[in-house]
Amino acid sequence: MKKLVNDPATVVADALRGVAAAHPELRVDHGNRIVYRGDAPVAGKVGLVSGGGSGHEPLHAGFVGPGMLDAACAGEVFTSPVPDQIVAATTAVDGGAGVLHIVKNYTGDVLNFEMAAEIAAAETGVQVAAVVTDDDVAVQDSLYTAGRRGVGVTVLLEKIAGAAAEQGRGLDEVAEVARRVNGNGRSMGLALTSCTVPAAGRPTFQLADDEIEVGIGIHGEPGRHRRPMAPARELAAQLVEPVLADLDFTGGDGVICFLNGMGGTPLIELYLMFAEVRALLDAAGVRVARSLVGPYITSLEMAGCSLTLLRADDELIRLWDAPVRTPALRWGV
Amino acid sequence: MTDADVVDTAVLTAWVRHFARLVAEHAEELTALDAAIGDADHGTNMDRGLTAVVAALDGEPPAGAAALLKRVGMTLVSTVGGASGPLYGTAFLRMATAAGDRPALDPAGFAAALRAGLDGVAARGRAEPGDKTLCDAYAPAVDALDEALAAGRPLGEALVAAHAAAERGRDATTPMTARKGRASYLGERSAGHQDPGATSLALMFQAAAAAVR
Repeated sequence: MKKLVNDPATVVADALRGVAAAHPELRVDHGNRIVYRGDAPVAGKVGLVSGGGSGHEPLHAGFVGPGMLDAACAGEVFTSPVPDQIVAATTAVDGGAGVLHIVKNYTGDVLNFEMAAEIAAAETGVQVAAVVTDDDVAVQDSLYTAGRRGVGVTVLLEKIAGAAAEQGRGLDEVAEVARRVNGNGRSMGLALTSCTVPAAGRPTFQLADDEIEVGIGIHGEPGRHRRPMAPARELAAQLVEPVLADLDFTGGDGVICFLNGMGGTPLIELYLMFAEVRALLDAAGVRVARSLVGPYITSLEMAGCSLTLLRADDELIRLWDAPVRTPALRWGV
Repeated sequence: MTDADVVDTAVLTAWVRHFARLVAEHAEELTALDAAIGDADHGTNMDRGLTAVVAALDGEPPAGAAALLKRVGMTLVSTVGGASGPLYGTAFLRMATAAGDRPALDPAGFAAALRAGLDGVAARGRAEPGDKTLCDAYAPAVDALDEALAAGRPLGEALVAAHAAAERGRDATTPMTARKGRASYLGERSAGHQDPGATSLALMFQAAAAAVR
């Protein structure tokens, strides 16, 4: 394993020291491993708390700031945060309007956020609502699985719900917008390589040089099937087809199209893939209203990408365009 | 009786300490099993949590069985993370509730507490038998424990039977297709791999048998 670390056991704590050093506008609670926007709690505003395993940066700490999250709880690499952290964050960002938990649908995240919400309700009386993202179409049979995984749509949801909260909307309304984003978003990913959890020291799975894994999640867990490596335009179809087969994205006010890098793929390849994806969407009659290209929800150094489409309406696009000021997304300010 | 027929804080402490030792010894194996069908962190996470539990038990001694079990559960919830933290944490918290205000448990009381832990885990994880989870080792273990106690066997022997049943349950997870947790994303590709959670759960019963013997 060749990684820029001091000690595999202190990766998360050491990285949070870097976040604090690079972003004086944020406040980092190193003991609880929580990143707060500097002015939290914002009086009268619904607080947005997310979190999850580390290793997906910039998700979630990179999305803390005005127009997006109020707090992000960092777990160990690929391991959900614990209830103590989530309760502390929830209490600290409550500006009197309640707190929305944004949770990716993984068993660990769901259980820890659930326990936290129970504890927060019992001990602090803060009003908590939760939205669980589950946009990954790679998981086909949800009756016999833990349900679809939460992946790329989480980024779009944190931005859009963050804008709704910033406008001063109430908890129910912010939660409704968040659920609308999740309900209208679908994702599919593929991996060219595995990734190495620092504490494990070796790749989570093995892929031959001429093989790719299709239907990958964001934790180095193997995907749905393996296939031979192929030119980008063929791989783009592997992403676009299952997404379009799952939901009708034609008509309406168009889609927000998000091509995400898994961490180890350079932007030149992501833009190349984006051109292929756009061509396929154009051919399918899907109008792209807004685009986002880059590594925003990653899986350590995994090479590969994921596609997220969000069926948008005027309101969601206005919220997408609203000002945001975070380490990873920043516009309109 | 030659076996310990009183499960007091000393026995519970010995049990949990031995569980921590076994998990530390098997941490790499647990993580390797998790790498095959999950996300390669089960051994690391359980080892970190149980190390914290041992440290917590080194502090001021708890007043009784429930206080000890609660301290174990809260520490696991706070330090393990992942799904295992809430699941193992819930098991010990439910055991604490079942122990009530008794300073120590008799064999039937200990068995009832272990079963309350199983019920808590199954409810928290929404797991059913055959889903390829730790419940597939936990359920046969408490069944065997109840059966052995009902047959009049001493607690130590009954826990040996429970441990054997947990290992059989653990082994039986290998051909199963996972329906809960991250392994479920693999569908049929999860078959042929032993479940990591069922593996650590069998260690919990191995430790119990060793602590009471």
